[in-house]
Amino acid sequence: MAACLFNITWLLSAVRQDFVCMNWQPTTDHSQRMARAQLMRSIREFFYQRDVLEVETPLLSRGTVTDLHLSAFTCEFNFDDSGQSLPLYLQTSPEYAMKRLLCAQSGPIYQLCKAFRHESAGRWHNPEFTMLEWYRPGFDHGRLMHEVDELLQETLHTAPADRLAYQQAMQTYAGLDPLTASHTALVDKLPILNINIDNASELSYDSLLQLIFSTVVEPAIGQDKPCFIYSFPASQAALARINTTDPKVADRFEVYFKGAELANGFFELASPHEQRERFKQDNALRSEAGYPQAPVDEHLLSALEAGLPDCAGVALGVDRLLMLKTGASHIRQVLNFGIDRA
Amino acid sequence: MANYSTNEFKAGLKIMLDGEPCNIMENEYVKPGKGQAFNRTKIRKLISGKVLEKTFRSGESVEGADVLDTELAYLYTDGEFYHFMNNETFEQIAADEKAVGENIKWLVENDVCTITLWNGTPITVTPPNFVELEITETDPGLKGDTAGTGGKPATLSTGAVVRVPLFVQTGEVIKVDTRSGEYASRAQK
Repeated sequence: MAACLFNITWLLSAVRQDFVCMNWQPTTDHSQRMARAQLMRSIREFFYQRDVLEVETPLLSRGTVTDLHLSAFTCEFNFDDSGQSLPLYLQTSPEYAMKRLLCAQSGPIYQLCKAFRHESAGRWHNPEFTMLEWYRPGFDHGRLMHEVDELLQETLHTAPADRLAYQQAMQTYAGLDPLTASHTALVDKLPILNINIDNASELSYDSLLQLIFSTVVEPAIGQDKPCFIYSFPASQAALARINTTDPKVADRFEVYFKGAELANGFFELASPHEQRERFKQDNALRSEAGYPQAPVDEHLLSALEAGLPDCAGVALGVDRLLMLKTGASHIRQVLNFGIDRA
Repeated sequence: MANYSTNEFKAGLKIMLDGEPCNIMENEYVKPGKGQAFNRTKIRKLISGKVLEKTFRSGESVEGADVLDTELAYLYTDGEFYHFMNNETFEQIAADEKAVGENIKWLVENDVCTITLWNGTPITVTPPNFVELEITETDPGLKGDTAGTGGKPATLSTGAVVRVPLFVQTGEVIKVDTRSGEYASRAQK
């Protein structure tokens, strides 16, 4: 009996030791860490050469993103001047704060920072990740796509990227028109495209488009060189302007390369009125879905009242860029400590 | 049985789908920056053996399947059922022909097999990677021939037919790889 107890104690301590021994270690090797340092350096050099100013903004914010499909980490600040405990949100991107700088005449700016999204980890996802975001006053989305392409050519040594309108991509690879097809037509298309999901008719129109796009279009584009997809449906405008000549589409683009969604950019919405309306619509969708309301960033709205210069902006996932640069198959391989070791 | 949320999905998790226990072979989390998250999975149905791709909405829950692998020794067949025994508890369990399937030809008395149980009932029987069986019939080979010349068919005591080298004769016991159904070597005496 004593021996038995001893064995159990030994076993437990062995298990604990195992936990302690294994999980403190980074999941990167030295060459990976060198590659990250080198990449950060070349990104900074890229913007230095172009007179784009590096800035820093807070990771914590009173307001947060309203987007139905983005969820922010929340924390509590117990030392506010008001004497009340104040909920603060970790940013899902530095967009709002950087736009406040633009409204304060900052000129062209970029930031390398952490962003946080309260969602699952996966091959391309870690809830805490590194983002590169930059804004170009005087640029539209077309000109910014060109600059993103230059950055990719410099950092990944890629060939000049392809460009494809969202509508054209969906027509070519999924055989449907994303701007005119009915909801039923999208649902009926799923089995033809070998997409097997229960109760598909309950998915929203945009979710159906995203499901089809990510399953069928993404694997088919941007394999040898990056591919820009532009003119997203207006219902997926996020913070982009609606196109002035074709109101069915938004001046928004994304970049795909080797199966990774690498960057998302906008010709930025500047109207404070329209911005407030979009926040409201988002929050209405959140209510419908039973999600908590997201407190709107009033600082951003006040800044837009003061005036946002016409500009284009883009956010790029640096960890994904590093995965592509080093040929990593899982984001864990480029993070010293992923969420499971945080 | 517990329900699993998609964020618990990983290779090896057993879930219920269309009333059949299944094994998740691959799971990938797909989340467009501005869109709904999905889990794209590859799943094997454990009874039919069918493999399919299925997409779930992230956050969705799926019923778990009470599936358990046990190591049991093969005893005998009564013609209808195949009887296995746990060598430690001596508890016996009977698998039907459907569960044994094609592996019927690799069942050797006293060999320890992996029996997959669903709600306590055997659904698949996996024999050891190597089994030893006696050749009951094969053409006499040419003298002086060695391994590696294509060989000849040999019928084993269970009815299985495998290709063997020409020098192996009727009455000999050989070792067969059950995963490929190929001759491995003569059995060690």
